[in-house]
Amino acid sequence: MKKDTIGEPLNRVDGRLKVTGGAKYSGEYKFPNLTYAVLVPTTITNGTVTAVDIRAAKYAPGVLAVITPFNAPKVPGYQPDAKKPVKGLKLFNDNQIHFNGQPIALVVADTFERATYAASLVKATYQAQPFETNFHKNFDSGVTPDGGKYKDYVRGEADAYKNAPVKIEQEYIQPSEMHNPMELHVTTAYWEGDDHVTVYTKSQGVMSSQRAVAAAFDLEPTNVQINSRFVGGAFGSSLRTWPHEIAAVQAARLVKRPVKLTLTREQMFTLVGYRPLTIQKIGLGATADGKLVGITHESHSQTAVYEEFTEGAVNVSRFLYQSPNANTRYKVVPLNIGVPAPMRGPGESTGAYALESAMDELSYALNLDPIELRLRNYTDADQERNLPWSSKYLKECYQLGADRIGWSNRAQKPGTVKDGDWLVGYGIGCGAFGAYRGHAEAKIKLMADGSVNIQSATTDIGPGTNTAMIVIAADTLGLPAEKITFDLGNSSLPPAPTQGGSSTVSSVGSAVHDVCVALKQKLYILQGKPQDSTDDIDYAGVLKQQNLPYLEVTKGSQSGDNAKNYSMYSFSAHFAKVYVHPLTGVVKIKNLIAVVDAGKIVNHKTAASQMKGGAVGGIGMAMTEEAIIDDRFGRYVNGNFADYHVPVNADIPQIEAIFIDKADPIINPVGTKGIGEISLIGVAPAIANAVYNATGIRVRDLPITPDKLI
Amino acid sequence: MNQFQYNKANESLSAVKLAAKDPNAHFLAGGTNLIDLMKMGVVIPSKLIDINHLPFSKIEKMPHALRVGALVTNSDVAENDLIKSHFPLLSLAINAGASPQLRNMATVGGNLMQRTRCPYFFDTTMPCNKRSPGSGCGALEGINRMHAIFGASEQCIAVNPSDMNVAMRALDAVVHVSGPKGERAIPIADFHRLPGNHPELDNTLQKGELITAVDLPYTPFTKNVYYLKVRDRSSYAFALTSAAVALYIENGTIKEARLAMGGVAHKPWRLTIAEEFLKGKAVSEDHFKQASQIAMQGAKAYQYNQFKLKLAPNTLVQSLKMASGIASS
Ligand SMILES: Cc1cc2nc3c(=O)[nH]c(=O)nc-3n(C[C@H](O)[C@H](O)[C@H](O)COP(=O)(O)OP(=O)(O)OC[C@H]3O[C@@H](n4cnc5c(N)ncnc54)[C@H](O)[C@@H]3O)c2cc1C
Repeated sequence: MKKDTIGEPLNRVDGRLKVTGGAKYSGEYKFPNLTYAVLVPTTITNGTVTAVDIRAAKYAPGVLAVITPFNAPKVPGYQPDAKKPVKGLKLFNDNQIHFNGQPIALVVADTFERATYAASLVKATYQAQPFETNFHKNFDSGVTPDGGKYKDYVRGEADAYKNAPVKIEQEYIQPSEMHNPMELHVTTAYWEGDDHVTVYTKSQGVMSSQRAVAAAFDLEPTNVQINSRFVGGAFGSSLRTWPHEIAAVQAARLVKRPVKLTLTREQMFTLVGYRPLTIQKIGLGATADGKLVGITHESHSQTAVYEEFTEGAVNVSRFLYQSPNANTRYKVVPLNIGVPAPMRGPGESTGAYALESAMDELSYALNLDPIELRLRNYTDADQERNLPWSSKYLKECYQLGADRIGWSNRAQKPGTVKDGDWLVGYGIGCGAFGAYRGHAEAKIKLMADGSVNIQSATTDIGPGTNTAMIVIAADTLGLPAEKITFDLGNSSLPPAPTQGGSSTVSSVGSAVHDVCVALKQKLYILQGKPQDSTDDIDYAGVLKQQNLPYLEVTKGSQSGDNAKNYSMYSFSAHFAKVYVHPLTGVVKIKNLIAVVDAGKIVNHKTAASQMKGGAVGGIGMAMTEEAIIDDRFGRYVNGNFADYHVPVNADIPQIEAIFIDKADPIINPVGTKGIGEISLIGVAPAIANAVYNATGIRVRDLPITPDKLI
Repeated sequence: MNQFQYNKANESLSAVKLAAKDPNAHFLAGGTNLIDLMKMGVVIPSKLIDINHLPFSKIEKMPHALRVGALVTNSDVAENDLIKSHFPLLSLAINAGASPQLRNMATVGGNLMQRTRCPYFFDTTMPCNKRSPGSGCGALEGINRMHAIFGASEQCIAVNPSDMNVAMRALDAVVHVSGPKGERAIPIADFHRLPGNHPELDNTLQKGELITAVDLPYTPFTKNVYYLKVRDRSSYAFALTSAAVALYIENGTIKEARLAMGGVAHKPWRLTIAEEFLKGKAVSEDHFKQASQIAMQGAKAYQYNQFKLKLAPNTLVQSLKMASGIASS
């Protein structure tokens, strides 16, 4: 019998469904009596809404309800005495306006078009207040967030770089960047009775969505069912349950019919988070032979006045390179804008852009090859936590990538390599992201025909989770993949964590592995064998022999104490080769190589796809993406796909993913460390550094558009 | 979206009459611009007159010109053999615009008429003299990175976003229209206008006038042509600056040049003085640079589009190099 094993390139099990339109996304479920909700965004940026005139809207054709702060049914979780208070914006619960685009009404009608038209008839009166959206102007009002994690960090001496023989000190700007998954955010909700609700929504975590809806409406979590079977990209924008999702559930309760709320593309610029505009200052000091003596990393980023958002922008500078002295400072600047959210590679990619650009600048200051500089400051242990790495093969990444990109053709002096009129440059940028593992459960059911179904309440926002889980199960059970199905995306399945932080394979994959082992043990015992036998199992045969119609096992799985004794990270080294036209400033990325130490690779095909997807995100961050607010009005001026530039196919070169593919012996039974984030972390600096190598122009404010290179 | 009446026009005269009667009637061609503007509430028509069934979908050889019907799609123009052999510049320019899907829908008439992409024009909550005369120019002291460096006024600094129009300007296209007062032909130089004190008027078309065709007078520019569009991503982005170049070169000498730029003005910007300069000059990068400097006379930038003062001449130089074959790719 053919067996599928970990590592081999298996096609996506749901690939056919996806390309034939058979995969159903949250917005595609049909329900009898379905109604449509449309939000009415405010056009002021701070203040209060004093009245909302809904008369015209209410009597427009097909309208079932218009919800405003003045008539909204109370959401229990929004009240001061809530058992589990909901954090963040409490939509329609009060009349405060915190940012432009905040909804002030929601219209429900029997068709989408009628709801849209009625929404245009809603008229609000405001008491506008002065507002602040200008990050640069408010830079100095940055505050250090509460909680030890964001305290200033000092190892050795603070700002030691200042006294080093060779030093650089520079500022790097990462603009606001929108997740902009192709699939719009859609939520459909319907109630059965007053205490039971079913929600179809774009969610990265059906369990956390379940908790959030249950908390908001004061329900037993088991009375809330969340479905998110297919997700058309999320990148972090669906890590949490947003206020508009609660509003959809609230509206469904009010009209007693299923309600579907679809955000517009423009609304996705204000209501579902983004990578915050961040200014970072990096100071690096080194000895003349390129040994770091001090690293300082300061970061200021945007947050909302109504909710604090933080991320790990400065963390990378504490552990990526050997240095006796390192210190970081992290501040957030509250503004009248929607709250940010983690975006793929989250703060770490912002941080890596700054640190890895600065390392590149230092290499030129030292006249040292940038890879050589990294080798001279390589760390064999985590200096921040004073722990050994669970595994680290970054050196191997440098070597493999350098060979593959043709690093030997690079010239240390910028602007000296040419191909025709074009300037040619090479760059490297590295990334690291914590390898996490959470608690997850999986249930396995062996059927009479020897096929297997496994279930866990994880989601698949695109990486091919389904496929990876089947590979792990096939490998553990010694079965071909076709014999196995995997169910996810439903909160009534055995609990699993949210898909985020590159931890799904580590967490859920471990549960799948463990539940498969448990099934095998049970079968061995049934046959009167020791439970740790290793002989092949005739799955259908054992059931038949035991006269069992099926056999079910459920198992939870989590890491032990290892996280305390080891520092666990995935690492990546990205290499870029770029062409820059000296007259027009046009950049053509010729080649991107991503070399990855992410432990054992479960499925080389989907893993390579994920690396390429991350690289495309990195290209967007480096080259094209920037959400721009006109601070006079507090409104985005490019809140659409024509003016906000995600990269197009023509921007994307050959991308190659190379995996070290060595199992991490510590983190989990399969040895995986996670690739979702490091696929993006380090890409932007690799490109920016290549552009510098080509031109001698250092772009310290992304994106690298042609105007910055002429 | 507001309610509107939909009329399907079966012959042009009735379409013109219908449009002339109703100040808020709009012709509907490919709809790629108009429908977007309706969704945004920028244009609120009382009536849509669907002209797609009118007989303007042909490309015909006339004695002095190639006649392109107003309803020929952008894709069909760009891929047409007569166009490719007689007016390769037009083909290049059209293919530099939008995306294949859009070009399959967009028509010649609609492209000539497309509105600016200025964000203040598109956002009905912000000031814009073009959308709402008297409300002010949001871009003047706003995010004006994409805006004009030539021919702007205090009232409006928006640019004409079209690529096709730039090539047509270089090729001296003539726009044929049919209106309540009969037919007339408008040289493209007089078709689009500068904003002045009436930025609400993009062009000189009169109420009810319908574009029926565009004539492209035959030229000797079949070989040394180029359309270079510099943009923020490799496709599906409007020009930061673009340059349409048509040269007639004999033995290394430029006998005649036609130059126009996009992304720099409220209308496709013709560079006649630079053309004059190049006439009789040898093909050389130096001459191209000089011509580009001449072309920039009178340019004026705003806070965020200063770079265009450099990018525009560079774009022209590079386009000239490409057209004359002295660029190495
Ligand atoms: C996302 C996006 C990106 C784009 N990128 C580019 C680009 O890079 N470069 C570029 O050049 N263009 C670009 N375009 C614009 C595109 O070229 C125009 O939308 C298209 O040419 C308009 O043609 P249409 O037939 O669809 O016009 P419609 O939308 O049907 O009409 C546009 C206007 O013209 C009027 N009209 C149409 N036909 C006639 C006629 N025969 N007589 C009189 N009036 C008429 C209509 O009443 C309306 O006011 C882009 C558009 C979009 C949406």
